[in-house]
Amino acid sequence: MTDTSQFQTPGSQPRSHAGSLLQTDARTKRRNAAERRFRLYGKAAIAAGLLMLVILVTTILSRGTGAFTQTFMTLQVELLESKLDKKGNRDLGDIKKVSTFGYAPLIKGAVQAKIESLGIEHDLKAKQLTGLLSKSAAAQLRNFVIANPDQIGQTVEFRFLASSRVDGYLKGRVSRDSIANDKSISPAQLDLVDALIAAGVVEKTFNLDFITGADASDQRPEAAGIGVAMLGSLSMMLVVLVLALPIGVAASIYLEEFAPKNWITDIIEVNISNLAAVPSIVFGILGLAVFINYMHLPMSAPLVGGLVLTLMTLPTIIISTRASLKSVPPSIRDAALGVGASKMQAVFHHVLPLAAPGILTGTIIGLAQALGETAPLLLIGMVGFIASNAPETLAEGLLSPNSAMPAQIYEWAKRADPAFYERAWGGIIILLVFLVTMNTVAVLLRRRFERRW
Amino acid sequence: MPTFWLVALLLALSAAGYVLGRNRALATAGGDARDLHSRPNYYGFNVLLSALVPAMGVLAVWLLAQPIMIENAVSAMLPDSAIAENTTRGLVMSDVRRIAEGLELAISSGAATAAEISALDAAKTDVRAFLGDLGVALGSDVRPDILAAAKSYLHQSQTGRTAMAVLTLALALCGLAFAYRRTHKDFRARNVVEWAVMALLILAASLAILTTVGIVLSMLFETANFFGLHSWKDFFFGSSWAPNFRGDSDLSILPLLWGTLYISFIALLVAVPIGLFAAIYLSEYASRTTRAVAKPLLEILAGIPTIVYGLFALLTVGPMLVRIFGRGDEGLLGVEWMSGATAVLTAGLVMGIMLIPFVSSLSDDIINAVPQSMRDGALGLGATKSETVRSVVLPAALPGIVGAVLLAASRAIGETMIVVMGAGAIAKFSLNPLESMTTITTRIVSQLTGDTDFASPETLVAFALGLTLFVITLGLNIMALYIVRKYREQYE
Repeated sequence: MTDTSQFQTPGSQPRSHAGSLLQTDARTKRRNAAERRFRLYGKAAIAAGLLMLVILVTTILSRGTGAFTQTFMTLQVELLESKLDKKGNRDLGDIKKVSTFGYAPLIKGAVQAKIESLGIEHDLKAKQLTGLLSKSAAAQLRNFVIANPDQIGQTVEFRFLASSRVDGYLKGRVSRDSIANDKSISPAQLDLVDALIAAGVVEKTFNLDFITGADASDQRPEAAGIGVAMLGSLSMMLVVLVLALPIGVAASIYLEEFAPKNWITDIIEVNISNLAAVPSIVFGILGLAVFINYMHLPMSAPLVGGLVLTLMTLPTIIISTRASLKSVPPSIRDAALGVGASKMQAVFHHVLPLAAPGILTGTIIGLAQALGETAPLLLIGMVGFIASNAPETLAEGLLSPNSAMPAQIYEWAKRADPAFYERAWGGIIILLVFLVTMNTVAVLLRRRFERRW
Repeated sequence: MPTFWLVALLLALSAAGYVLGRNRALATAGGDARDLHSRPNYYGFNVLLSALVPAMGVLAVWLLAQPIMIENAVSAMLPDSAIAENTTRGLVMSDVRRIAEGLELAISSGAATAAEISALDAAKTDVRAFLGDLGVALGSDVRPDILAAAKSYLHQSQTGRTAMAVLTLALALCGLAFAYRRTHKDFRARNVVEWAVMALLILAASLAILTTVGIVLSMLFETANFFGLHSWKDFFFGSSWAPNFRGDSDLSILPLLWGTLYISFIALLVAVPIGLFAAIYLSEYASRTTRAVAKPLLEILAGIPTIVYGLFALLTVGPMLVRIFGRGDEGLLGVEWMSGATAVLTAGLVMGIMLIPFVSSLSDDIINAVPQSMRDGALGLGATKSETVRSVVLPAALPGIVGAVLLAASRAIGETMIVVMGAGAIAKFSLNPLESMTTITTRIVSQLTGDTDFASPETLVAFALGLTLFVITLGLNIMALYIVRKYREQYE
């Protein structure tokens, strides 16, 4: 812009304004073009950012929704007394002695009977027929028999999980081309599946077990659910809420209302803002060294996870609580002091209730952050095992090993079978539903209760 | 008595104290609250706090200190000769603890009486089988000296817990009695209670310092152990990273640091231009409605958990890059530059997406802080809007933007999940962004997950890495905050 050549010395010919003022000259055109380009860059940048968001969301939705449906096979199983209760006296101890291997022939018979009754031609071996079902089918049958010993001898209808390959076939993940090197399924089996679908024996329906169920071993991706990990996450959030909220509010009240301006207060403030920026994995190291190695708290326990996340969430809560305490006008404090309240009474009886909506909003946002955090949980051992039993009491929920939603997703992503990836994306949908709900509640609370002074 | 019931009892005791204190204060005033110095509740709280706070404090300290003291005492019982060739004292002590837990379980489940346990002789009974029946699996048979140590451990911790329960309950009762006796209508209960509440507030505020001290000490302590086992010269100046669990590993931070910085650099290469231009557009050009829609939408990217980005890198971006740069003739470019989905570029791109809102909101704040008068001056001289931004607004906001970029860099360096899932595990110096490389955070995770033995340098190195990471990010943050703060002062 400060191009010296544009300032003409008197007497010399003006170069650029030879034509009419209404006609834009080359230089103005150039500058206007530069202006348009610059504006375009800005638009492109925002478009790029939003595009990433759209790609991310569509990827999650398109890959993850499959986890909420599952393929089931409906079979009539005859619970043969000769296999399950040889003595015939319905003694639960005897029935329990029959392992899942003892139930396999029943399932095999049921599959064969079903196919024969439908009149489907095939040349598959019996083992390949049962291979269409999940390995959990026998356990499902056994649990039913143990729960209902009086049903032995009857023919009962069951909905068994289909194996993950069959499920993948129905969802389009597995095709005849992709299974060329796959030992667990063959094209002939898929032909049979097609016939069974046509007969209505095999169908894909909504799968509540994914949301409420437990994780399953490497071999049974079709049976894995995120419910137990969800309980682990909830127990951790409980710990975070119980510890971080009172401590955070107390610390903010001190720093905002009472702290004298001196170097100790300065150190505390610098500390808090730095803690907010410390990488989360460092908190994991702290948790491992202090809570597990030094205090011998149980490894993988949600209590330890909750403690680590508490330390991580505290700065967030302190910062937002201080902001909402600060927004309460001084006139409120002055009025309270004027009618004879002590400073403490002014804060606890008047300022704190007025700041409560803001504090609550900040706490919910802090909790949402903590809910999605994974890295520290890796170090305190909340991955790498199968979270199979739902805790029954609160103490068990806090102290017995468990996973957490993000840790469970990571665990699934690490496994070799691609069927688990669908579970991982599905888990992410559930996690994001939680986060979106929490953030929406926070926004609504703010809209509803925030007071402008 | 389990700690849970002890705490419950203490709470019940202090609740009773509240009622007692309140009633006594009212009684001394003849039932007329106006004659009291403070409001009646304060007398109750005074008794409650005197009963609860000292007892809880002692309880907390005791719970922390007891395991360490017993550990040291029992460890001193085991002579060096009791530690076999191929184990360490730490492993033997964890056996001792496990046996002690098993013995305690035996008593509580009724499998044996306390007298039977103390008479237990490793030479006569098979302790391993005995505990195995109770569900406590032991790695090896129990030697007599270990069993003796375990018995002593059990005995000491039981005595310790009994002493703890007695002491805390006595303390709570004393506090209650003392405060109750002091309760009188002229007693300044409010002042005392407010003093105590203030002390609690200060305690809560200093927890931030305590956390930092905890982080630094825990890592410093283990890092010192590490440098006792491994040369610090190799750690800081060596050239290769090759942990070997049989010992004699190369553990140098330099290849990891290279991977970390390279990935962060690519991430910033994505995030800074997009974030900065987005911020400029939103603050200088966008209409009110565009801004109200686009800004929160962009910030959603910052609220998505990193595990989501990690999965996105591993399962979407990585395979997509392989389709472009790999697979030989089948690929889009027909080249064979990339073999696996995990690569520097994969992690860098995804991390860049994550950092966009971080850069854009910080820069947005900073650009908005540039005084309007400066823009007006430039526009008044005939500059176009983009010329104003480039020649006036950006130079004025530059220190702040540098601060924002530094903060983003510190985020990128400390980011874990994206690199764990997207960057790979091979430590090397290479400029090729399509190769997989590893980072400091990735190695911390891999050295500290699974079976960890806190006596081997391969595990302890994670603490040295963590400490280095902490120092680097802390340095970047302090520098960034300093720059931003200084810049703000300039225009305020």
